[in-house]
Amino acid sequence: MSNLAHRLKKLQNNVNTDYIISGRYKFRIRDARELAKYVFADLEKDFYKKVARGDFLVSGENFGCGSSREQAPQALKAAGLRAVVAKSFARIFYRNALNLGLLLLECNTNYIDDHDELELDLGRNIIKNKSKGLNIACKPIAPLAKKILAEGGMVEYFKKHKGQLEIEA
Amino acid sequence: MAAKIVKQTIAEKILSAHAQKELRAGEIAICEVDFCLGQDGTSSLIIENFEKLGTGKVFNASQFTMFIDHSAPSPNTGVSAIHKLMRGFAAKHSVKISDIGRGICHQLMIESGSITCGNLVVGADSHTCTYGALNIFSTGVGSTDLAISLASGKNWFRVPETIKIVIKGKLPVGVYSKDVILRIIKTITSKGANYKALEFCGDTIGRMSLDARFTIANMSVEMGAKCGIFEADKKVLDWITRRTKRKPSPVTADEGSSYEGVKEYHVSSMTPQVAMPHEVDNVASIGDVEGTRIDEVFIGTCTNGRLEDLEVAARILKNNKVHPETRLMVAPASREVFLSAVKKGYVETFIDAGAALLGPGCGPCVGTHNGVPADGENVISTANRNFKGRMGNPNANIFLASPATCAASALEGKISDPRAFSRRLSQ
Repeated sequence: MSNLAHRLKKLQNNVNTDYIISGRYKFRIRDARELAKYVFADLEKDFYKKVARGDFLVSGENFGCGSSREQAPQALKAAGLRAVVAKSFARIFYRNALNLGLLLLECNTNYIDDHDELELDLGRNIIKNKSKGLNIACKPIAPLAKKILAEGGMVEYFKKHKGQLEIEA
Repeated sequence: MAAKIVKQTIAEKILSAHAQKELRAGEIAICEVDFCLGQDGTSSLIIENFEKLGTGKVFNASQFTMFIDHSAPSPNTGVSAIHKLMRGFAAKHSVKISDIGRGICHQLMIESGSITCGNLVVGADSHTCTYGALNIFSTGVGSTDLAISLASGKNWFRVPETIKIVIKGKLPVGVYSKDVILRIIKTITSKGANYKALEFCGDTIGRMSLDARFTIANMSVEMGAKCGIFEADKKVLDWITRRTKRKPSPVTADEGSSYEGVKEYHVSSMTPQVAMPHEVDNVASIGDVEGTRIDEVFIGTCTNGRLEDLEVAARILKNNKVHPETRLMVAPASREVFLSAVKKGYVETFIDAGAALLGPGCGPCVGTHNGVPADGENVISTANRNFKGRMGNPNANIFLASPATCAASALEGKISDPRAFSRRLSQ
């Protein structure tokens, strides 16, 4: 099933976690669905209204840099996004998204425009851009990350392994 | 450990010691963690996730502290509820809590004596990298990762490649470690050290005070770095032994260890640097931004709210008045810093100059309270981030600079070169 790509109008690279969810909201709102209403509030008003469940956020380099706030991937996930597709991800954001079971895919996003229809073929590490008739290769997900994602996130993974951090591939 | 053949960087050595096996950059390993911390912006999710993990027990209650600093004292009922939740969790699990008025988590951690050279520290705050100046592998993580470490005493780490940063030369009067790190961030960029460890060395570092080094370590994350580590020289060992009885075990890089890159900076003719809106790596020399109108000035934060920072600001502000169309706020980084600043007369100087004194804590840095700028206003701050909306208003512009540049700008009502105060600064 294909879903729409969303690109921010104003900013492509170095989208920081303050922009994903501003400190003004994350310090006082605990409910993820409520938080989701303020995703990118300082960059694009009512961004969350444009997103349908299963859609993709598409960005450039170093997505999620800055603050360690886990509310950033939490709010993106609660907004209904299936995955974030970017050229690269900042370190803490990558871990936080993985821990919450939000899929991150690295590829050359120059081949994806706003509102293109995308479909994932994770088995072949391919994003199909159906609007452009292109298959875009993405970086394979690391083995440990795959296992954590398969459980739906780190909390479930940890519980399944009874508190033992099994990491051997 | 078996006889060592592999040459290791500081980051590789510290992670190896905590995994009890020899590690190289790129490997993934489970490491034991020496200390964990959370703050009021991240602790509600830590608590929520910790409870979901179902272990019921904090692995080592004496190795965890929660800090109420980012939005403290609470400005609204939402934040009050989070603070209450934190206090309740601390009481239930007998873990330490640092409540309002004590100061910023990172300053309190380095003052605490609970961490020492060679430690591995995780904090649910990206500026946890600050303790790198004490020869500690300290790194920012999210709330779930922190909860995992709370429950198990461990976490998994990818061993980072290291970039060596060599800083050489004597800093001119009016130019500080903040200017040096802004200059480095400009050249490495905000993504240039993503996933990497930075190792800072060189004769400039040797001459710097610990306060000055913390500023550099603190901003490592603005280049994406996992940590920014310094060797433990006499100044570091003095700092540690003054605050803890535990014997420090300094970690040095092996001669011939493998670096992803080496970058050299010569600072003896450097000028004051300013990060312009809205990116930390958008850095200019003072001459290019001098004269820009300034409505609000903030001196403080985990980057530049220490005693030495307040001393520099006080030298410039002494017997002077803040410009009538500009506001100045000063927030000492901790109670200890605040008390010393009172004793040394800096606080009196700030008040005489017309500054608004804020209690120890993060102050207006993260935009939740205390000094949100108005639409179209320009702010100059000693903080580490100038993202759009960072201080609570996306229609304001934030410039970042040293305490000296901020103090000089407060007097003039526009971005000003602190070297005009050379005589006061070199006394």
